[in-house]
Amino acid sequence: MSKSTTRAAALGALLVAAACSTAARPSSAATAPVPSNNAPMTPAQMADAHATPYTRADVAFMQGMIHHHAQAVTMAGWVPTHGASAPVKTLAGRINVAQRDEIAFMQRWLRARHEPTPDPLAHEMSGHDMAGMSGMSGMSGMGAGDTLMPGMLTPEQMKQLDAARGAEFDRLFLTFMIQHHTGALEMVQHLLAVPGAAQDADVFRFVSDVNTDQTTEIDRMRKMLAAYDASSHQGTRP
Amino acid sequence: MRLGYSSVAIAMGVLSAAGCASSHAAATPSPSPTVTQSSSTDARVGLSAGWFNAGEAIWNLKKVSENKPAPAFLPKSPAGLSLANSDLTFTGNYAIQGNFSGFTVWDISNPAHATVADAYVCRGSQSDVSVYKNLLFVSGEELGGRLDCGIQGDTATVSPERLRGIRIFDISDIRHPKYIANVQTCRGSHTHTVVTDPNDPNNIYIYVSGSAPVRPAAELAGCSGATPQQDPNSELFRIEVIQVPLANPAKAHVISKPDILAHLGAVEHHGETPADSIAAAKLRAEREAAAARAGRTMPQRRPAGPPTGPVQCHDITVYPAIGLAGGACAGYGVLLDIRDPAHPRRLFAASDTNFSFWHSATFSNDGHKVLFSDEWGGGTQPRCRATDDPHWGADAIFTIDHDSLDFDGYYKLPAPQTQTENCVAHNGSLIPVPGRDIMAQAWYQGGISVFDWTDPAHPKEIAYFDRGPMNKDTLYLAGYWSAYWYNGHIYGSEIARGFDVFDLAPSANLTQNEIDAAKLVHFDQLNVQDQPKLVWPTAFVVARAYVDQLTRDNGLSSARLSAVSDALNRAEKASGADRTSTLAQLATQLDNDAQSSSDSRRVKLLAGEVRALAAK
Repeated sequence: MSKSTTRAAALGALLVAAACSTAARPSSAATAPVPSNNAPMTPAQMADAHATPYTRADVAFMQGMIHHHAQAVTMAGWVPTHGASAPVKTLAGRINVAQRDEIAFMQRWLRARHEPTPDPLAHEMSGHDMAGMSGMSGMSGMGAGDTLMPGMLTPEQMKQLDAARGAEFDRLFLTFMIQHHTGALEMVQHLLAVPGAAQDADVFRFVSDVNTDQTTEIDRMRKMLAAYDASSHQGTRP
Repeated sequence: MRLGYSSVAIAMGVLSAAGCASSHAAATPSPSPTVTQSSSTDARVGLSAGWFNAGEAIWNLKKVSENKPAPAFLPKSPAGLSLANSDLTFTGNYAIQGNFSGFTVWDISNPAHATVADAYVCRGSQSDVSVYKNLLFVSGEELGGRLDCGIQGDTATVSPERLRGIRIFDISDIRHPKYIANVQTCRGSHTHTVVTDPNDPNNIYIYVSGSAPVRPAAELAGCSGATPQQDPNSELFRIEVIQVPLANPAKAHVISKPDILAHLGAVEHHGETPADSIAAAKLRAEREAAAARAGRTMPQRRPAGPPTGPVQCHDITVYPAIGLAGGACAGYGVLLDIRDPAHPRRLFAASDTNFSFWHSATFSNDGHKVLFSDEWGGGTQPRCRATDDPHWGADAIFTIDHDSLDFDGYYKLPAPQTQTENCVAHNGSLIPVPGRDIMAQAWYQGGISVFDWTDPAHPKEIAYFDRGPMNKDTLYLAGYWSAYWYNGHIYGSEIARGFDVFDLAPSANLTQNEIDAAKLVHFDQLNVQDQPKLVWPTAFVVARAYVDQLTRDNGLSSARLSAVSDALNRAEKASGADRTSTLAQLATQLDNDAQSSSDSRRVKLLAGEVRALAAK
């Protein structure tokens, strides 16, 4: 636990530091850009002038979150071959699709701004052989100086999950994915604490979606874990 | 803390869970629901890409006009969400369309040529819009929204100039809206719902749904994102209710924050809990048996962690005529009692293994059913690909049974879309065809789908419109945010392409009589999430719509239907006592027909309409 908190603090420091370096960016406009005739720009003119500001913190968030999401894809990729139950299969199926799509979104956002764009899933041959991957292959290049993003599983935790089967896999998968998602919420929290971050409408929407979707999924996973935990005499509704 | 959960507390609760090895328990698969399967011959497959020149497929609809965004909101190249068109509201001959940078007032006096009456610049996102008489309400959520409507943003983490909440405009002169007030809220307003109280003519209410993180108390006093255990005044598990005094709308303020999502423990019905609980009970039994064999005892149940459940709602659709609301609240669909609008009360909550994010709700006109939508991926992701599970990102239809929700079936756009088209279930509204539950629904770049959900277990598409992607190689955000029926036409708000108008075209699925009957329903104003009761004026065409429906479903013999049509024609041509007696006689015959019909409900509807015509 303390490890994750430390990582979070480190990330926070990183994002703050990144934000401080944005002062020189011409795109970080603090006041409305004014075209030569001194009439205020329309929103369309502002978009065409690419005047919507973003900060180094936004960029670092996207880069870091790509690696964060890639680990969830790796974890979800083990579900079909590790004896997971049907509810976990359903959940993981959705996580797999969702996190891949979000990686694609973050890559589009970075590429459109000519920022370095990580592609941790590029090594996938067909996208269908995740289970054959070693636990470590998804762990290469953590981004942000190879520091684990908040909530990411350590190599030991990945090994532990990959070695588990059946109900033990279910329990570990849920436990670790809650840890993983909780880290994503921390990343959003830290980003929003950076002055000028998430001003871009697409970034704000994305982090809001990460916040609500993963909060919702954490709740779902906690209930699934609780159901596994509940003793049978407490009963289940028909 | 800006975010709701104490993540440390969550993780500790989880990590303290005791585990023990056991064999894998297979879950009972849930019954296979009905989903309209895609067809490889669907005309929507393979449409060419383009912004304003994409390929189009249309079926049982007629495109009346397409109208590009106002210049202020039309960039030279697609600009993503900052210029996205959002939801629609209607007043008289005007449609008001939200935009993440303001709103557009469309003059729709001539639907074949909608014109921009005003393009009001006011950044804020999502600019969800509603009207009540001369008032316009606009949602503001993002960090860059400003009190002065400036578009430059606001980069301070705590700012006195930031607006997150509801802006109020006076639209007495709709071509020149006047910004008269605003109400700041703790999470801003992602969407909102105007709630009218049949017993309170002096006030209206606004339910505010915020899905963004809670703002700091330093920016807005009293805002707390702590858990309710840490802070009883936590913003979480609540909605905000604004009261707007109509005599002085500038005095609008938050009147209550009902905790409609509190104490939502075990899921009360459908999907997740039944399926998961069966699997869990089985697993538990196996684990206990294994433990007993090994001479061990099972670990104690771990102590409860922080409260779980949805911390906020997305859309809430109110149906004041029946005193109910459907709240689409993150992982749950909730049914609310809103007879006291300032203090809504939760009646029931449903969950669903296949639902990712409960987004919106639509009631059937009789209030016996409710359709919830799952906005899996938030609307920005391509979730209608051939590889996407047809139960994910779909609609789920429930029967309302004594304040509980019984699941009936799913509906998902039946045509696969490409991976460069953002697509998932989104906003729609009922089309007032008497005797049937028909709605138009927006599916982003999946287009508009019109479908019949009269039989909740077997929803069926009856019309559609679709364009190809913005670009064949890259996903550019676009597509229909909402598709709503208003006074005879379907209006579509297209995120990147503007504002489109459609008519229904008659087909085997929907006759001209049914369309003409739908056109009889008139609203002075329409906020779709403040669902109005549809009431049809007494008319021959309404009776003929029922006759057409009985013909379609063989509810009466063709000989009987032909005789009924003849009688209606004779009565319409006649007048006075002749008409009355013809109709009265027909109504009596139909009462008898109803007893032997396979669709007696509809024959009774027809008999009632004929009786009303006789009394007219």
